[in-house]
Amino acid sequence: MRAKYVLSEVMVGLWRNVTMTVAMIITMAVSLTMLGASLVMYHQVDEMKARFLSNVQVSIFLDVNVTDEQQNALAQELATDPLVSGTPVFLNTADSYKLFQEQMKNDQALIDSTTPEQVPQSFRVRLKDPTKFEQIKATYQGKPGVDNVIDQASLLNRVFDVLGALQGLALVLAIAQGLAALLLVANTIQVAAYSKRREVAVMKLVGASNWFIQSPFVLEAMFAGAIGALVAYAGLVAAKVFLIDDSLKALTAIIGEVQWGTINIMLPLLLAAGALVSGVTGWVTLRFYIKK
Amino acid sequence: MIRLENVTKTYPKAARPSLDGVSVSIDKGDFVFFIGPSGSGKSTIVKLLLHEVTPTKGKVVVNDKDVSTLRSWRIPHFRRSIGCVFQDFRLLPTRTAYENVAFALEVIGKTQAVARRVVPEVLELVGLGGKEHRYPHELSGGEQQRVAVARAFVNRPLILLADEPTGNLDPDTSIEIMRLLDRINRTGTTVVMVTHDSNIVNQMRRRVVEIEGGKIVRDQPRGVYG
Repeated sequence: MRAKYVLSEVMVGLWRNVTMTVAMIITMAVSLTMLGASLVMYHQVDEMKARFLSNVQVSIFLDVNVTDEQQNALAQELATDPLVSGTPVFLNTADSYKLFQEQMKNDQALIDSTTPEQVPQSFRVRLKDPTKFEQIKATYQGKPGVDNVIDQASLLNRVFDVLGALQGLALVLAIAQGLAALLLVANTIQVAAYSKRREVAVMKLVGASNWFIQSPFVLEAMFAGAIGALVAYAGLVAAKVFLIDDSLKALTAIIGEVQWGTINIMLPLLLAAGALVSGVTGWVTLRFYIKK
Repeated sequence: MIRLENVTKTYPKAARPSLDGVSVSIDKGDFVFFIGPSGSGKSTIVKLLLHEVTPTKGKVVVNDKDVSTLRSWRIPHFRRSIGCVFQDFRLLPTRTAYENVAFALEVIGKTQAVARRVVPEVLELVGLGGKEHRYPHELSGGEQQRVAVARAFVNRPLILLADEPTGNLDPDTSIEIMRLLDRINRTGTTVVMVTHDSNIVNQMRRRVVEIEGGKIVRDQPRGVYG
């Protein structure tokens, strides 16, 4: 009986206030889509970082007039360095010049004016922990025969910074939208409580429990939040199908494939966030609105 | 049953207290009128008994419980032992007489089966047999107040509070409502009625507590309006 009463009240409440309900669902959906998108992005950037950093090399460029002993000593030291993973690769003058030609193939004039001897030889090493670059640099920079120690990761970090900023922006938008959604929820609940003030007054008079008085309103808000979450999930699915896997396909080369698993895990997360946040907002609103 | 011990109630921003050191005791099964001019503090007593307001000073004891120390989540349950009738009836306009009374049962968790058994009974008691399916706007003022009394009484409360129940009714209808309250009182229910209807008070010859300026100025066992 009670459940039936509460459910029918929820349905009546949602329908009575249908424009408000739709507005609430839309803002909820937009904010949850933003939230979902920023979470997916967070995940992608993390994955991407791991993938790139594991491939990242540290280059130790040698002096042009390095001696064989210095070079051998360095090779020895790198081979036994606990921070280095695998065997260091040595690029001699010929290898380095070929690499240089390849990298600079758009600038023929530069290639023509550079002799193989001007291109420094280098060791290329992978680090066990790519974040320990500073230690490697401190060890080898300034050693006899070493010209410079360069970390590719420092270049990648600039890319990560841009992605991080985008991620932050999505999160800020999600929060701003979320705030608007919460205010709408609070307002809708107040309107609902006002339109049922007679019933509420009688219920309080005859001693209905606070739970019983408040639950239809709270469930109404939670229902709208959950619908908003479903719409947001649909938005994420559409974004994957029509954007990431289609017109923005090229982007996946950088950020990596967005897995269905990543999208699907958003459904329970968004549902929980949508329902919980609007439910709590509704409940708090009522605490102020329906006095004892 | 009901005891006010040296109760003072001052509303925020009010210059003087609505009730000023009021002490009164009402036994089980009593029928008591609270009379006095507007603003004398009569209605504050009803609000105190319902725990709609808390006393500034003093103790309010209802059913042997100190109301002023009642935790807020216990108030709903506490109110189930008190029935309430008001001048403006406070019926739900979109529900029939039957539904209005049944609503009071539903919202405290009684089943529809209980409502089907109890509601016709109590509507019969208040003299509305056969009018169960009328909406408030299809009933006269007196009939609407009967529905309100039925709603207040359906849960068999120990106390019935009536705040100017005849304020909107003509004298004849008022007397009918008073007969009804008298009948309910005879079932052992304590009736507390706030009024300034002198005819009613004079006819009923029940206990009269007169309040003026927040103080009790008279407490007579079989009093008149004065």
